[in-house]
Amino acid sequence: MRALFLRDLTLAVRAGGGFGLGLAFFLLVAVLVPLGVGPDAATLGRIAPGVLWVGALLACLLSLDRLFALDFEDGSLDLLATAPLPLEGVVMAKALAHWVVTGLPLVLAAPVLGVVLNLAPGGYLWLVVSLLVGTPALSVIGAFGAALTVGLKRGGLLMSLLVLPMYVPTLIFGAEVVRRGAGGLDFGGALVFLGAITLGALALLPFAAAAAIRVNLR
Amino acid sequence: MIPDLGKYAGAVMGAYGASIALLALLVLVSLWQAARMKRALDEVEARAKAPVAEEAAPDKGASDV
Amino acid sequence: MSIWEYANPKKFMQTSGWLLPWVTGLALVCLIGGLFWGFFLTPDDYKQGSTVKIIYIHVPAAILGTSVWFMMLVTSLIWLIRRHHVSALAAKAAAPIGLTFTLIGLVTGAIWGQPMWGTWWAWDPRLTAFLILGLFYLGYIALWAAVDDPDTAADLTSVLCIVGSVFAFLSRYAVLFWNQGLHQGASLSLDAQENVSDVYAWPLWTCIAGFLLLFVTLVLLRTRTEVRARRMAALLARERRLA
Repeated sequence: MRALFLRDLTLAVRAGGGFGLGLAFFLLVAVLVPLGVGPDAATLGRIAPGVLWVGALLACLLSLDRLFALDFEDGSLDLLATAPLPLEGVVMAKALAHWVVTGLPLVLAAPVLGVVLNLAPGGYLWLVVSLLVGTPALSVIGAFGAALTVGLKRGGLLMSLLVLPMYVPTLIFGAEVVRRGAGGLDFGGALVFLGAITLGALALLPFAAAAAIRVNLR
Repeated sequence: MIPDLGKYAGAVMGAYGASIALLALLVLVSLWQAARMKRALDEVEARAKAPVAEEAAPDKGASDV
Repeated sequence: MSIWEYANPKKFMQTSGWLLPWVTGLALVCLIGGLFWGFFLTPDDYKQGSTVKIIYIHVPAAILGTSVWFMMLVTSLIWLIRRHHVSALAAKAAAPIGLTFTLIGLVTGAIWGQPMWGTWWAWDPRLTAFLILGLFYLGYIALWAAVDDPDTAADLTSVLCIVGSVFAFLSRYAVLFWNQGLHQGASLSLDAQENVSDVYAWPLWTCIAGFLLLFVTLVLLRTRTEVRARRMAALLARERRLA
């Protein structure tokens, strides 16, 4: 499993792997929103938690369709399915690699973008915490969406349609944590729900994703 | 005939109108799809039965029916 | 006489064939009767004026919108566990109906909200949860359409329905959490739990029954179409083989 994880990591980081694409997109969102919404500092500060979270969501989506599709096309997914490692483990390893390559950089870049969006001072810590807790869910939910659409040509758009509604609970609770943290309110409930969703997704979705891959490999 | 809806007439009529239109759309599309499918299936079934009836005599047992 | 007999496509077609006219008739009676009763024969609400008449469409559509998804969940599970094609096809057939009901719930909710809240759209928790449910329906329908092989499509959409159900459920509570501070007391909570007085309740229940029967009619009709489509595909495949 470690070998698979390292392989995916290496593939993503090499040229053509799309590393940094998500990060660049995140940056773009943080620049485009003020341009669209107007430079009023108070407005930006109020919407910053949401914008950052939505940006993170969309940036994660970008690299998802390569998660299984490349391996599917060249036959490696068939090999992985018949390997001693259970398919659920394969899904976990790939989702983890996706998170390290896409989610983790987002967590690190977010505070910088928070400055650009005028995030209130109290919000920075909770921005990082909420993204840290929430982005693994985004990777594993995304892996499920990718598994469903792996056999389809141009499945990327359909995958977004399937995955984005499933991102809603994580988005709502994640943004709430930041908003409440920034405003000095109690965010405990939101954080607990966010964590629960992530843990639940990590526990259950690999099975659903593996089932979908098996169906698609038939 | 229509009761006095007062100032909300637009809203109420609009709501009813939109809903009835959507339901009508759903029903009509479903009926049309059903009719089209039935016609197509009847066609294919007729084709499936006709050649089999011809083959049954000269070529008994050669094709699985 | 077990319900599993109807998993047999032929038996399903026979039974639904004679059932359909009766259900259609009953649906028309309840739906038209209920709407007529509610629209023409009930008084205005002292608070909401004549817009209360929208309740006869909005509430049944909303209830059915969620119930249809639940029916799809059950039929998807039956497909995954017992591999009855009629079950998978029933789920596929039900989805556009559920989507339409959800859309009607949203549209009537928005139109009702306009005079009440002064805005065409309000991020009321209930309306928002419905919007998200609508997106789940769209994704489900899109996945059926995108996958070529029918059995693969049935499997994938069933898994999507099950996972989607969990997230739809979670979204409902997330959205309540999200909107806690706003619109308190202004929500359109005129479902059966609130004290809707009898003069409204009776026609409302009739309309709910009408919508439910309409759903049954349409899902039987649409499933029959799907069953025929499947048979036709099999016949065409055999034609190609023998040619």
